[in-house]
Amino acid sequence: MTTLDAPARPTPPESVPVSPAAGPFGSAVLRKEDLRLAAGDGRYLDDLGQNALAAAFLRSPHAHARIVDIDITGALDVPGLVAIYTYDDLDGRVAQALPLLIPHPALHAPRTGYPLANQVVHHVGEAVAMVVAADRYAAEDAVERIRVSWESLPAVVGLNAARAAEHAVHPDVPDNVAAHLVQSVGDAPAAIDAAPYTVDLELYVERSASMPLEGKGVYARWDSDDRSLRVYSSTQTSTSLRFALAAKLAIPVDRVEVITPDVGGGFGVKIMHPWPEEVLVPWAAIRLRREVKWVEDRREHFISAAHERAQQHTVRVGFDGDGRVLGLDVRFLHDNGAYTPYGIIVPIISSTQLLGPYKLGAYRVEFHSLYTNTVIVTPYRGAGRAHGCFVMERVMDAVADHVGLDRAVVRANNMIQPDEMPFDQGLIFQDGRPLIYDTGDFPLSLRKALDLVDWKGFAAVRDEAQAQGRRVGIGLATYVEGTGVGPYEGAHVRVETTGDVVVSTGLTTQGQGHQTVFAQIAAQELGVGLERVSVTTGDTRRFAYGVGTFASRAAVMSGNAVAIAARMVRAKALRLAATALAAAESELSIADGVIRVRGFDQDGPHIALATVAVLANPLRYAFDEEAQRATQFATAASDGPPVPEGDEPGLEATGWYSPIRSTFANGVHAAVVETDPETAEITVLRYCVVHDCGTVINPMIVEGQVHGGVAQGIGGALYERIVYDESGQLVNASFMDFLMPYASEVPRVETDHVTSPSPLNPLGVKGVGEAGIIPGHAVIASAVEDAEGFRIDRMPISPSELFELRRRHARGEVPSLRRTQSDPQSDPQPDPQSDPQEGTP
Amino acid sequence: MKPPVFDYHRPVSVAEAVAMLAAAAERGGAKVLAGGQSLVPILNMRLAAPAALVDINRLAEELAFIEVGPDRVRVGALTRHAQTEASPIAFAALPLLRQATRQVAHPTIRNRGTTLGSIVHADPAGELPAVLLVLDGEVELASATGTRVVPAAEFFLGPLESAVRPDELAVAASFAIPPGRTGTAFVEVSRRAGDYALCGLGLVVRLGEDDRICSARAAYISVAGTPVLVDLTDAVGGQPPDGADWASAAVLAQAAVDPEADIHATADYRRHLVGVLTGRAGRAAAAATVLVGQS
Amino acid sequence: MTEPSYEVSLSVNGVPLTANVPARRLLSDTLRHELGQTGTHVGCEHGVCGACTVLLDGQPVRSCLLFAVTVDGQAVTTMEGCRAPDGALGPVQRAFMECHGLQCGFCTPGFVTTVTAFLRDNPAPTEDEAREAIGGNLCRCTGYQNIVASVLRAAEILREESP
Repeated sequence: MTTLDAPARPTPPESVPVSPAAGPFGSAVLRKEDLRLAAGDGRYLDDLGQNALAAAFLRSPHAHARIVDIDITGALDVPGLVAIYTYDDLDGRVAQALPLLIPHPALHAPRTGYPLANQVVHHVGEAVAMVVAADRYAAEDAVERIRVSWESLPAVVGLNAARAAEHAVHPDVPDNVAAHLVQSVGDAPAAIDAAPYTVDLELYVERSASMPLEGKGVYARWDSDDRSLRVYSSTQTSTSLRFALAAKLAIPVDRVEVITPDVGGGFGVKIMHPWPEEVLVPWAAIRLRREVKWVEDRREHFISAAHERAQQHTVRVGFDGDGRVLGLDVRFLHDNGAYTPYGIIVPIISSTQLLGPYKLGAYRVEFHSLYTNTVIVTPYRGAGRAHGCFVMERVMDAVADHVGLDRAVVRANNMIQPDEMPFDQGLIFQDGRPLIYDTGDFPLSLRKALDLVDWKGFAAVRDEAQAQGRRVGIGLATYVEGTGVGPYEGAHVRVETTGDVVVSTGLTTQGQGHQTVFAQIAAQELGVGLERVSVTTGDTRRFAYGVGTFASRAAVMSGNAVAIAARMVRAKALRLAATALAAAESELSIADGVIRVRGFDQDGPHIALATVAVLANPLRYAFDEEAQRATQFATAASDGPPVPEGDEPGLEATGWYSPIRSTFANGVHAAVVETDPETAEITVLRYCVVHDCGTVINPMIVEGQVHGGVAQGIGGALYERIVYDESGQLVNASFMDFLMPYASEVPRVETDHVTSPSPLNPLGVKGVGEAGIIPGHAVIASAVEDAEGFRIDRMPISPSELFELRRRHARGEVPSLRRTQSDPQSDPQPDPQSDPQEGTP
Repeated sequence: MKPPVFDYHRPVSVAEAVAMLAAAAERGGAKVLAGGQSLVPILNMRLAAPAALVDINRLAEELAFIEVGPDRVRVGALTRHAQTEASPIAFAALPLLRQATRQVAHPTIRNRGTTLGSIVHADPAGELPAVLLVLDGEVELASATGTRVVPAAEFFLGPLESAVRPDELAVAASFAIPPGRTGTAFVEVSRRAGDYALCGLGLVVRLGEDDRICSARAAYISVAGTPVLVDLTDAVGGQPPDGADWASAAVLAQAAVDPEADIHATADYRRHLVGVLTGRAGRAAAAATVLVGQS
Repeated sequence: MTEPSYEVSLSVNGVPLTANVPARRLLSDTLRHELGQTGTHVGCEHGVCGACTVLLDGQPVRSCLLFAVTVDGQAVTTMEGCRAPDGALGPVQRAFMECHGLQCGFCTPGFVTTVTAFLRDNPAPTEDEAREAIGGNLCRCTGYQNIVASVLRAAEILREESP
């Protein structure tokens, strides 16, 4: 019996070969979680805590007001009432402002709110009082009876009002500017001045929102025996929320557990934390010594969750006769709403991701992030990329139109070539690291998209449509997406003595299939059947260190951490098996959970992974028959310690992946739209996606992510806008008037892909969660513009708005595009409106 | 979004229902619950807090019916949209009922919402109020003191406001079957499939014995506080159905409406749609002219 | 001042159940809380998203727009009732799984009940008919493409398994 040289401590064994691709990695395996979810057996937040008290909130009906008095007497006799809290009841750190999650030097005037409004409310929907009652019906009854007297203050709504700063959202920020940041590479203004051609654009994207089908929710249990707190939250980060709550509630971290249940969608809005309710519900649970649950309703979500988009861009571009951008100067205003708890990540991403797959001569981007008396702005799928992409791609179309070149040709002329990769854009990205594109073949992605949509053949499609009196257009948009942003994620992999594999990681899941994807990775690495692997995400009881699910990072971060941990487990298993089988590690392979010596048949020397798991934990006491094998008298005698120095009991390992910087996915979308010449209704006839997310773990899940993103992109381009009136009232706070697309509004998505593995992580994966949505505004604008013959510079666009634009165009107020002969898909100028109704009073 | 407290009554007869309404009228008023597809969202959002709800869903025996007579089609208060839409006898007599009902929200909503409920709800974007108007409809209202009939022209008082009194129960609506060869169409434009119309109309065209248009009328939705009835005969009367001057009809209609702007559409766009859709509905209705009784 | 309670008897997925609820208690809440059937989900409470859709005497309805008392005595089929008799995935649910017709799963119950009723009445739909059938339910995750595929696959499975 030899004791093989074990490493001083377990290290990721890059040198250990991975099993050949006869495993689930890379396959479109069906989702394990669907056995629960498709059966209606999910456990979402409101499915839990059936005996908990219910919380409801009195929320400000005013956009900006001072609270003069809160009179709760009318609510006191509501049957089922348990407690009412206002700011004055808050104590300790709960009475302090909510944290600033992501500080930044440019965020010179950050402001955060309080869990319950402290004297002043800054947006409609801000929580003012919390009611706890026997059930939600009673709680809402009590909320209704609380009388608040207000002193109305002037409301600042919209970027223009914020910039004009006639009134201030926060009195100590009189210009309403929370942040101001300039980034530049080269001297863009000089380059533009020296350029042969220049174009100016004013571009605008309106507010939308993540709007998951399940709102937020928090369920808290205080265990007074244990003096410990358990919080369930429909969040995208249980690990960070745990730290935030421990700090806010002054409870030791190891006495707080945060568990993310099944989550009905996040799309960014649930990464923001701690929400006021996430602090208050546990706080109330502790005070009341009762379980308390809060389930956000749809109206609350509209007026107190988070919104996103809403930027106004002033752009100057200088270019040459080939459409090569010599200088790009972007100045934009970003509406961050009433507070900045999430910092300025969104405008930073807009600033940096705007560059897309292009190498510009010089670039300058400057933004002001402004306060308004509206709901806060935190990331929504895309997180600023969509705005940046919209700007860059409108620029490309405008440049192409100006020089009379095909829009695809101009893009190709500006593209970073494959042999220029990795390419340093010269900026700092949202992870604080240099914006360096690692891999990608942008021209290839573009060519594939052009083929998929049959770009060259569109002239014939247009002609045929025109012959039928129909109006069609084709659009194009490219993007580059930084994914897999750090700082890290970790994973724990353990082989149980049953042979089952248990995987856990800190980040969370909102429908991305992590329980399957991470199982595929572990199963592949360990050589076990997929059905033996179970995965837990977002449960601090199981894995306490992590960051969260956002920025298309989960597959990259936790996927690699799982792989690293699994490789460590595999290495240990082989080491132990080598001893048990008296073979060299290099002679061993694992398949179906059994370690065999190569070169022998089924009856050759082998040991089950389950048995190795038993052996990995030397026991004094056997708890079952299998375990007897590991007890001190059952194993071969040895002089060394049963657990060698530097080793640990158990067939398990914790692995970490911490990237040096983000890895960059890319893609190209092309769309064909039809606009009704009379009603101006806009229909997407075809939608084509080429995407490159590096190594693909589960192509079915990747496609699903793309489809979903595309639907939100189309929603954002044609249907969704959050509308505030001048007094700061949210005018369309319901699904009747905030228009998310139904199946009738979303076309079939045609996809193709390119695979440029990432060199930055062991699996070579890149994220894809946001890929589908990023170019949505841009590609639809491009297509509508192509159909109509005049520039589209504001999104979303509705039929009514298109109708008004057509009229302005007919009056000469909106210039026509100049399509020239050299553009294969050029068409003659559209006929002037021959609508008999024109001019009718 | 949970509804506020209300007194709940579930009568088992129309007589009991109107008695309950009369009693409730003196104690703060009651709302009638039939389909609930408009009422319950309002209650869930606490935009209204009626003191009482009179749930008439047990009155199917008396109130769930579609009767086709020689001159009129009569629909009872508990006839669901889905039933009206599917009814072959209703369709044969008045295709416009199905044409309009198909545009109401989505099928799941139509399984529960009622034809009469839509009419009584009097939403300016409602399809059925327009149908009532353009088909010379009437609403039968029962109360503890008797019944009365209100013609369509007097029924819609304003947005979400009808002539139903607090102590009255709408028990049926009837629609006139236009005589002679008739073609109908219901056309609307909405943002998403199933949404409230930005603009729409139900149009009825009749041919005379000379095979020419003798009458064309349309009721428009989402262009005013109530549906707007416009007689288009001046524009297309006396013309052959294929090739009638719907453009003139469109101009006529546009002059008769006064649409407002909202977050979904400008007033000008709505007015523009009135013109476009008049043409589309007119051409579709003209093409569909059939002889009543042939089905 | 406490509200009166009403005894509501429902046949839920074939099982007679009773709840004592105030008149204003929505059917969605009654199913989920009093009757322990959490498979039905609540997304908006104003009838638009469709996540709460159940079958009432076989017809899809929005349970968030119904009071339990109104449907006293009637039969309700929920997501749980679309499972196989042994509790495994039923044919429509299996189709959703096979076609990746769900991601977060929150809207899925509304689709499954709607599709169950649809296929019962339209056993061989075209792709367009399938898309129209699901046109009244919102999904924020899938972009609907795989849900349409799920409808067609469910029709196939039902045909394969019908006696």
